[in-house]
Amino acid sequence: MSFSTVLSASIFGLKVEFVNVEADVSNGLPAFHMVGYLSSEVKEAAERVRTAIRNSNLDFPAKKTVINLSPATMKKRGAAFDLPIAVGILMSLGKLSGSRVKSTLIVGELSLDGKVRKVPGVLPIVSEARNAGLASCIVPRENAAEGALVEGIEVIGVKSLEETYEYLSGKILIGPEPYPEQRREKKEEEWDYADVCGQRAVKRAAEVAVAGGHNLLLIGPPGSGKSMTAKRIPSIFPPMTLEESMELTKIYSILGMLDSESPLIQRRPFRSVHHTSTKTALVGGGIVPVPGEISLAHEGVLFLDELPEFQKNVLEVLRQPLEDHQVRITRNQGNYLFPANFILVAAMNPCPCGCYPDMNRCTCTPGQIQHYLGKLSQPFLDRMDICVEAPRVKYEALKKGGQEESSAAIRERVCRARKLQIKRYKGTKILTNAMLETREMEKYCVLGKREEELMKQAFSRLGLTARTYHKILKVGRTIADLDGEEQILERHLKEAVGYRSLDKKYWGR
Amino acid sequence: MGWEKKAFEYWLSYVSISDRKKTLLQEYMKSAREVYYIEETQLPRFQFLNEKDCNTIIQAKKTWDLQGEWEKLQEKDICLVTCFEPEYPEKLTHIPDKPYALFVKGNLPDEQLLSAAIVGARRCSHYGEKYAYEFAEALSRHGIQIVSGLALGIDGISQRGALSGPGKTFAVLGNGVDICYPREHTGLYHDILEQGGGILSELRPGVRPLPYHFPRRNRIISGLSDLVLVMEAKEKSGSLITADMALEQGKDVYALPGPVDSKLSKGCHQLIRQGAGILISPEALLEELGISGNIPKEKDSEAKKVLESTENLVYSSVVLSPRSMGEIVEEVGILPQKVLETLVSLEMKGYIKEISKNYYIRI
Repeated sequence: MSFSTVLSASIFGLKVEFVNVEADVSNGLPAFHMVGYLSSEVKEAAERVRTAIRNSNLDFPAKKTVINLSPATMKKRGAAFDLPIAVGILMSLGKLSGSRVKSTLIVGELSLDGKVRKVPGVLPIVSEARNAGLASCIVPRENAAEGALVEGIEVIGVKSLEETYEYLSGKILIGPEPYPEQRREKKEEEWDYADVCGQRAVKRAAEVAVAGGHNLLLIGPPGSGKSMTAKRIPSIFPPMTLEESMELTKIYSILGMLDSESPLIQRRPFRSVHHTSTKTALVGGGIVPVPGEISLAHEGVLFLDELPEFQKNVLEVLRQPLEDHQVRITRNQGNYLFPANFILVAAMNPCPCGCYPDMNRCTCTPGQIQHYLGKLSQPFLDRMDICVEAPRVKYEALKKGGQEESSAAIRERVCRARKLQIKRYKGTKILTNAMLETREMEKYCVLGKREEELMKQAFSRLGLTARTYHKILKVGRTIADLDGEEQILERHLKEAVGYRSLDKKYWGR
Repeated sequence: MGWEKKAFEYWLSYVSISDRKKTLLQEYMKSAREVYYIEETQLPRFQFLNEKDCNTIIQAKKTWDLQGEWEKLQEKDICLVTCFEPEYPEKLTHIPDKPYALFVKGNLPDEQLLSAAIVGARRCSHYGEKYAYEFAEALSRHGIQIVSGLALGIDGISQRGALSGPGKTFAVLGNGVDICYPREHTGLYHDILEQGGGILSELRPGVRPLPYHFPRRNRIISGLSDLVLVMEAKEKSGSLITADMALEQGKDVYALPGPVDSKLSKGCHQLIRQGAGILISPEALLEELGISGNIPKEKDSEAKKVLESTENLVYSSVVLSPRSMGEIVEEVGILPQKVLETLVSLEMKGYIKEISKNYYIRI
């Protein structure tokens, strides 16, 4: 038999598309043709496959070989087709029987000596194969644990082409990869709030932010522990559910960022982005879009240190994902949708030197401060629900040490508040208070007479705007939830008022 | 012919020789018109003019369009007052190096009333800001005119304070009076004019604010006033130049004391040590000036009554220099949410103010 088909798959954005690898070996002038709308790295497979077959103690006769990857309308990328092409050729040469690869999906990159190298995106591919009712997947050994996270399908990890050949021809037996045991054991968080001395106000703000899914802006002088605090925010999130873990692991799988021993991601991500990052790095993109930092921070924290140093247009692209909790990237081949449900934590200095409003230390002119703050756009600031000052850490506070509340204790309160929210928003699309829209607020954030009066006063006394009004209500709702109160009370609103972000015109006159 | 006289004076103010020489020239020739028509060959006869001055005058005649420039000035609604006119502030005639002419938008200070200059750092603290405002307001309430420089910081704040009293305030600029510098004070600039005050400068309209203009204009600020109040000044600052000039001109200088460790009060303390008056309260100052100061005292006694215990505790740790919420939390030792809540109620009751994110001061 000179014609054969092997099933493989490729990743487009987060979607998996099945690809049929067809191979035909016939008599004629020796040649190796590859067709099917291929990118150059796929075309290069020809050289890798030919050499790998030869180096695996298998014959590669001088014949005319044609490879076709279908459907031909879809541009194929990546090196994951090496192994299926090699298997297809071996079948066409009659060395393997077609029945063995029936209902089997194969991915893997080949090196010239015949070793199978790891490829990105194994988890979503295996998951999609299971959904399509396939019986097994052959994947690189290093990706096997990752693939085995999917239940209901056999995952075979292979080290080399030779091993694959022997397995498929029935000479050796490779058992299906067992489910990685890692899932059951609970790993303790690396970073704990018990290690942070003082900073109680900032910790409280973080607690409120996580409880309601609010974005948090930390303002403080250099060395005030802004990043130290931010780094520990994932530790007070509710534990990840299995669905959340799987969704996040799939994203990391596509970018080839998984650990081959314990692939499942059970910790909330904390992604710290440097201010030189580009728009594409942040939200994702490219000719064939790949997820960016905001998707890597899905269900976790995206941390932007030195916020005003970011280019304005880079920050502006964050606005839409912050509203929609996902990002849609459109290319002429189609739409790509990446999840991006994260809490944005940003840190900045109050002025370029960082000492304002201590006029004895601050060396900035009002103009410099204005310029510094001018780098942030008001619409972007409006998306920061909670804004709090991170004070300089005093030596006494460092020395005192002793009793600091642990992350676990804070997490417990957060979980309680989140549970209340889940109950309240049952049957709606809302997950946390931060997602409330103005219309829904009328229903869920009802104020009593005294509270109405308080807000009225705050409006006139503190110069609030309509924008800040709604933010205060949302944050007030979260504080009430943390307090276990059905009604938003005066004390909750007052605390929320204290977290409002100041309008820029009030800063550093 | 009336306009013509002024047009020549406008030309003379444009000539870049010193004010003293301009004044001498006009004194000698009787009018600016005559100065304009001095024969080129006759110029060197004036002993006090050197060769460069003569050339400057000759050049100035060539480049200046007498009538055109004068019409432009009138369109801008700016007055020109030379030191030969009765409108020229009398106080200014006594100072050495008096300006040959003043450009005025609005009014000149009333000579019958007392004038006080309030000057200080541009980058001032909230402490300085608070007292600049209070003193300016109190003085203004008692009919004292406030003279300052429209700069950011103390200058602008004290002029704002003066406007909140019923009195007038005058700004002496280091640039043409048709330019508002700094731009942030555009609102203040218009408010000063609206309330019957004035914008003055010795510089012709259109002259840009250049650094060396400002120390020179300080002599006009102190010259126009009977007393000079320095609110906050570093050891080397423009405000101290003003104070020095005021002393040379024989004016009374007062300085506001501040925390001893504050760099911004160093200059003031230096002045006090050298014998400047000390500013303890607006009432004390008014008394010294022979004006009975009766300013209603309200806040302190009232404050204690309406505050509940937590509020009192938190209020006691808020001081005049900015303190952060974090520091207050550490000090009072109660839950941060309780502290924040209390700070917000105090703020809404008007006892404290949030001056930067979560930084509070007493008011």
